[in-house]
Amino acid sequence: MAVLTRPSAPPKRPAPEAPRPSNRWARRAPLLPALIFLIVITQLPFVATLVISFMKWNSLDPAGRGFAGFDNYVNVFVDPDLRSSVINTVILTASVVLISLVLGLGLALLLDKKFRGRGIVRTMLIAPFLVVPVAAALLWKHALYNPEYGLLNGVLTWFGFSAQPDWISSMPMTAVVTSLVWQWTPFMMLILLAGLQSKPIEPVEAARIDGASPFQIFRYLTFPHLRQYLELGALLGSIYIVQNFDAVFTITSGGLGTANLPYMIYQTFYQAHEYGEASAAGVIVVAGSIVIATFALRVVSSLFRDEASR
Amino acid sequence: MTRIWGVVAWFAGILFFLPVAWMVLTSLHSEADAATNPPSLAASLTFDGYSEFFGAGSMPPLINSFTASIGSTIIVLLLAIPAAYALSIKKVEKWTDVLFFFLSTKMMPVVAALLPIYLVAQYAGLLDNISFLMVLYTSMNLPIAVWLMRSFLSEVPPEILEAAAIDGAGLITTLRRVVAPIAMPGIAATALICFIFSWNELLFARVLTGVVASTAPVYLTGFVTSQGLFLAKVCAAATVVSLPVLIAGFAAQDKLVQGLSLGAVK
Repeated sequence: MAVLTRPSAPPKRPAPEAPRPSNRWARRAPLLPALIFLIVITQLPFVATLVISFMKWNSLDPAGRGFAGFDNYVNVFVDPDLRSSVINTVILTASVVLISLVLGLGLALLLDKKFRGRGIVRTMLIAPFLVVPVAAALLWKHALYNPEYGLLNGVLTWFGFSAQPDWISSMPMTAVVTSLVWQWTPFMMLILLAGLQSKPIEPVEAARIDGASPFQIFRYLTFPHLRQYLELGALLGSIYIVQNFDAVFTITSGGLGTANLPYMIYQTFYQAHEYGEASAAGVIVVAGSIVIATFALRVVSSLFRDEASR
Repeated sequence: MTRIWGVVAWFAGILFFLPVAWMVLTSLHSEADAATNPPSLAASLTFDGYSEFFGAGSMPPLINSFTASIGSTIIVLLLAIPAAYALSIKKVEKWTDVLFFFLSTKMMPVVAALLPIYLVAQYAGLLDNISFLMVLYTSMNLPIAVWLMRSFLSEVPPEILEAAAIDGAGLITTLRRVVAPIAMPGIAATALICFIFSWNELLFARVLTGVVASTAPVYLTGFVTSQGLFLAKVCAAATVVSLPVLIAGFAAQDKLVQGLSLGAVK
């Protein structure tokens, strides 16, 4: 299921020694346990999901189990809840990735400069990423967003505003997105900072001597170099955030129109016991992920080639 | 000019750190002081939240989390290091294809595999069993570990390996005396990253465990009560549960990006 072809193979290097057939299995042996383990645990379930997605199967009604054809897929597309969860997944993923990428870029550019206490600032900026996701979601829900005693409304009181909005009820999606942006901006920043620091310094110096403005240097030298890293951050971020369950589960419990596909699948199977439909939705998520993953693998493979040719 | 950027960076750093600081501060307040508006910054500090958290049966889930995370990390390393060896030092043919196969499994959403895994666990009587969770966490982290270990092992210079072979060193000696010292920091970083991912996991734990094998994140989600004040207690719980990750994360800070980007970024 998940065997994705790479767009192009990295340049071949001459093999250090030509493997003899008897030698070949000796070389493969250390690889096999990991490979077999991974195929059994991660690939077989996908096959099972694919099979179940064509079955009529509600665990509360074992007698009614049977072949369903494409009914489950039709149901997924017809069911307004499931359809909106597809849209929510796209909105949630796109907004978290884009906002945290932009913020992460800004922070990476700041941290690329020399200033007093840079190490401390870097450490403080990484901290949000190192709070356990469920704990972070609880923190935002109860300690920050709570309308009565949350910090956000507390700050409003300090500054003399009388408005005390109920953040989660009045803007549920924004609330979830904000908490995730807070967690993922450090990730983007770290990737982009690594990109900035791998940038060769000579062209920048040369451009500066030639009288290029800081903006020109950014536009024509820094940005093109960073592009790969921006793509990588966006794609890896998408892969992780498409699967997000913790924030939606904790902050809104999938209510108020924030349920994304992972939450919906969880609910369809765990609470509604609709195994067939949950599997069909799962297959759709996989299909969507393959599209993202193909792009992601292309980017990783090009970075990989750069490294291999170095 | 540089000074202004420094100030902006400090401001941003403090802004991002603020929720974490607030969590810790609130965890040290009494419930009454934690739930005030405007916030009571200068309220006296107390460990009540922590003692209540530890007194409320939080130890079994914490131990389960440690068991699942540490256990799976050990199995991951045992599987990943030989695999990475076969992908870097003594390469199998088509090693890049194998490597990218590992990576592609990581890109598939786990939620799509949840139901079959649940059914297997139910059929085999492995629901609410921490060992089963350990196996799943192993498969979740194995691709990352293989990629990371491969990039660390390929840093071992081939000349040294050749020199060792000429000197008549066997496989075990080469691994122990030549490869291990160079790869050790990488192995440590890989272990810390795998630990973090297992520790954080919620979806599998939530679906597959119940009473006995419930992990710390699952315990956290059930920690909020509808009656009475609970904010300080929740913040204390969130702080305790996050502490291992904060420690592991800062310890592996430099390798963290490499792990999260599956070895694509150095």
